[in-house]
Amino acid sequence: MDQFLTEARADAVTVVEPPARDGVPGASRRGFLAAAGSALVLSVALPGRSARAQAQGPAEGAGAIAPKPGTRVAAFLEIHPDGTVKLLSPFVEGGQGIATGMAQIVGEELDVPPARFVVDCAPPGPDYAVVNGLRMTGGSFSTRSSYAVMRRLGATARDMLIRAAAARLKVRESELTTRDGTVIHAATNRSLPYGDLAADALLLKPNEAVELRDPSTFRYIRQPVPRLDVHDKATGRAVYAIDQKLDGMLYAAVQHAPHLGTEPEALTNEAEIRAMPGVHSVHRLPGAVAVAADSWWRARKAVEALGVRWSAPKPSGLDTVAADFSSDGIVAALKASTDPGLPAEAVGDTAGAFAKAAKVIEADYEAPYLAHAQLEPPSALARFSEDGTLDLWLPNQMPELFQAIAAQVAGLQPAQVRIHSPMLGGFFGRHFAYGPGNPFPQAIRLAQATRRPVKVLWSREEEFRSDALRPLSYSRFRAALDAQGRPSAIEVRTVGEGPIGRYFGALFKNPVDSSAVEGIVEKPYAIPNRRMTFTKLAHPVTIAFWRSVGHSMNDAFYESFLDEIAQAGGQDPFALRQALLKDSPRHLALLAAVAEMSGGWRRGPYAAEGGMRARGLAMASPFGSETATIAEVSVEGGEARVHTLWIAFDPGSVVNPAIVRAQVESAAALGLSSVLFEQIVYRDGVRQAQNFDTYPILRREHMPAVHVRIVESGAPMGGVGEPGLPGVPPAVLNAIAALTGQRIRALPIANTKLSAA
Amino acid sequence: MVSLTINGRQHAIDAEPDTPLLFVLRDTLGLTGTKYGCGIGQCGACTVLLDSQATRSCQIPIESVGTQSVATIEAVEQDAVGRKVVAAWVALQVPQCGYCQSGQVMAATALLQQTPHPTEADIADAMTNLCRCGTYNAIAAAVRQAAA
Ligand code: FES
Ligand code: FES
Repeated sequence: MDQFLTEARADAVTVVEPPARDGVPGASRRGFLAAAGSALVLSVALPGRSARAQAQGPAEGAGAIAPKPGTRVAAFLEIHPDGTVKLLSPFVEGGQGIATGMAQIVGEELDVPPARFVVDCAPPGPDYAVVNGLRMTGGSFSTRSSYAVMRRLGATARDMLIRAAAARLKVRESELTTRDGTVIHAATNRSLPYGDLAADALLLKPNEAVELRDPSTFRYIRQPVPRLDVHDKATGRAVYAIDQKLDGMLYAAVQHAPHLGTEPEALTNEAEIRAMPGVHSVHRLPGAVAVAADSWWRARKAVEALGVRWSAPKPSGLDTVAADFSSDGIVAALKASTDPGLPAEAVGDTAGAFAKAAKVIEADYEAPYLAHAQLEPPSALARFSEDGTLDLWLPNQMPELFQAIAAQVAGLQPAQVRIHSPMLGGFFGRHFAYGPGNPFPQAIRLAQATRRPVKVLWSREEEFRSDALRPLSYSRFRAALDAQGRPSAIEVRTVGEGPIGRYFGALFKNPVDSSAVEGIVEKPYAIPNRRMTFTKLAHPVTIAFWRSVGHSMNDAFYESFLDEIAQAGGQDPFALRQALLKDSPRHLALLAAVAEMSGGWRRGPYAAEGGMRARGLAMASPFGSETATIAEVSVEGGEARVHTLWIAFDPGSVVNPAIVRAQVESAAALGLSSVLFEQIVYRDGVRQAQNFDTYPILRREHMPAVHVRIVESGAPMGGVGEPGLPGVPPAVLNAIAALTGQRIRALPIANTKLSAA
Repeated sequence: MVSLTINGRQHAIDAEPDTPLLFVLRDTLGLTGTKYGCGIGQCGACTVLLDSQATRSCQIPIESVGTQSVATIEAVEQDAVGRKVVAAWVALQVPQCGYCQSGQVMAATALLQQTPHPTEADIADAMTNLCRCGTYNAIAAAVRQAAA
C-alpha cells in the first residue's frame, strides 16, 4: 500500500476540476474517484468548499481555482473567545490518535497547547486533500503526509494573529511574541489573547513564507502529550456513528442475501411482518431486505422473521459468489493457475543461480480471508431536507469518495450531499468504499422510500456476512542455496488479488498489484538474485484493505521462508539476517535493538517457568517504517501460547511517542490475533462465521507482554498505525518452528494441532 | 409498561418485555454510552451494573430486571470507585478507538467495588471483555492502579 503514496504523488496531484492546473494531463481527481468507486462511473464535479472556507477564498464561482490543500487557515481553524481552538482535521479519528497528533503539530506552530484543541473531522472539500493531493485516512499516511503542511498551517495562522495584533496595538510585528495563545508586546507589557484577534486575523491575506519553529525548541511535538479523547472514551461520552439520532428517525435492520449477488425475489409473509409491533415498512433493496421500525430491536426482530425467496446464486464472478464456492476451492484455483504472471521484482540471474545451486528448497504458503471485526458494527444515518439535499452520518475513511458515491445513489450532485464523519469504533481498513460492504446506500434508499430520516445498523451477524475481507492469499517460494548454505537466489510466485488493484487499479495503472506483493518484494536482504511474479486471479468476494494490507500475510510468508532457508543452510536465523543486512546500518541497528531488549538473541528451546519455550525473529519494512520483532512462545494443550513480544520500531521520527507505542502494541495484538485464530471460511458459497463465537479474536488471556522500543533513525517519517503488525505473525511462526519443529505454512495456527515441545 | 430504575431514576418503558435492556438504554432512553458489539454476550461492550454486578445488558430482557437497580457508564463518576477507575483510565491513557471502553470501565468498577484489592487471577476472571484495539495490557495496569 505504500506505493499508493508515491504513485498518488505522481499521478493525482490535483483535486482541481475541471482540467488540472498543474497536474499530469488526463489524471484528474475525477479519474481517481471513478477508479475508487469501482463499479460506479462518476461524472460529477467536485464539491464546493464550505461556506466558511469560501469567505477566505481568493476566487469564487464556477471558474474558481481550488486552494492549495492545507493552506487556507479559515478552512481549518476556529479560534474561540474562550481560548479554545477548533481544528477541522483532514483525518478521521478511529483510535490511532490522529486528532491529538494534529493538535500537537498545529499547536506547536500556532503556539497553543494541544489540550485547548477540539478536533473534528472536516467535511468534504479540496482544502483537506493533504495526502499528496488526495484525502483519506489510511495507509498509515496521515501524519507523515501532512506533517509539513500542518506545521506550516499553524505557523501561517500565528503570523496572521501577530499582524492583526500589530495593527491593533499600533506596533511593529517584530516587537511582538506569542505565548500559549496570546500575542505579547513585552515593551509595553500589553497582551491580546488569540480569541480577541481571530476575526481580524482571518481577514488578512496569508503570508506565503512564514518561519517555522526551530525543532530544538519544540514543546509538544515529540512529547507524549495526553490524548484529547480519553476522558470522553472512559465515560461513554464519545459519540460514534452508531450513536447518532434525529427527530422523527426510523431505525432499520437488514437481512442480506445468503449468497453475494442474489436478490430477493419474493417475500412470503410480508403482511404478517408489517403487523409486528413498531414496524413502519418492509423493503426490498439490492441484495438485501430491510424493515424500518420505531426501534432497532423491533426492526431487527421483524427483518429476521421475514421470509424471503432469494434468486438462485449465479456462477462466481466479481461480486457474485456461486453456490459451490469455497475457501478450499479458491486455494486450489490459486495453486493450479499456470499463468506465468508479471514480474514484480527481477534482479540478477535467478535461473543461473538455481542451475548452480547446492541445494534448492521450495514451500507453499497460504492465508485465509479475514474480517475486520472492529467492535463498532457499521451503520449509516441518512436525512433528506426539504430542498432535496442529503445529510449522511457514516463511518468512512474518505469523505469525498463517499460523498460522490452517495450523490450517485441519491441522484444528486455531490455538493448537495453533506458528509458527517463521526469518530470510528475501530476501523483497520473497514471503512473504505466497498460496494455491497457499506450500509450507507441502504440508508439513502430507505430515507427516500420512507421520506423520513433512517438509521441503518447492521447486526454483528450481518456485518460478518457482508464485511469486505482481507483477501485469501497464496504464494510459492523457492530458494537456491550455495555450498556454504547461503541463499543465492529467491523466487516467489504470488497468485491472487489485492485491494489496490480492485479499487484503485484505474488510477495506478500498474498491472502488478502492490497490495498483493508488498512484503514479498523490496525486502532489504542482500540475496543477489531475485525473481518475484504476480499472477492476477480475481476473488468473487468483496475484498478489502485490512490493517497492514498485503504485509499482513506476505511478511509472515517471507520471513517464515527465510527461517526455512536458514535451517536448510545450517544457519542461525538471527545470524543469517545479520549477514544479509551487513550493508544496511538502519536494519542492523534494529536487529541489535531487539536483541538487546530481549536480553540477547536466543532461539531455544529452553526451559522456563516449568515448560519449554522458544523464540522467533522477523523483520518487516511496512509503510515507510522498519520493524524487528521477537516472540517468545510455548505450547500448552496443543495450542500456541505467546508470552512476550519485543518490537524495535523505526518510523524515522515521531510526533507523539506514547501514541506510537500504543499503536505498535495495538497492531501487534491484531497481528497475533490473526495468526493464532482468525479465518473467514467459505463453504457452499456461504461464510461460516457469524459472530465472535464463531470468529474468535484475541482475548485478554492470550495477550502477551509487549515491549516496544522506538528507534528514531532520522530517516524520512514512516507510518505508525499499521507497521507494528507484520512482524508479529512470522515471529510467532518461527518460534513455533524452533520449539516444535513444525513449520506452519497455512494460517491460522489454530488449524494445526501443535506437538508438545 | 415495564418499570426500570436506571442511574437512580425511575422509568416506565413501553417495549416488549423480551426487549434486551441494551436497546432500551440506547434507543429508548438515549443512554448511548453503553455499546452494542455482538448482541450474544461475547464482547462485553454492553456491560452495565445490575445491583452492582457487571452484566451484559444485551442478554437481559427488560422483564427480568425487576427491582434491581441499573447503573450505566453515564453515571460512573457518581460513584467513588468509578471515579478512581476513570482516573486510572485517563492517567494510563487506556482507550484507543474507545468503543469497548465503556464496558471495560464498568467491568473494572464492579470488580473493585466487590474486591478492592484484586489478585491477578481476580482481574483475569473479571476483565473478560473484548478489545479489538488490543488495549488489554493497559486495562490490566489501570485496574491495578485504581486498586492501589
Ligand atoms: S453486545 Fe452484549 S456482550 Fe456484546
Ligand atoms: S479500544 Fe477499540 S475496541 Fe477497545
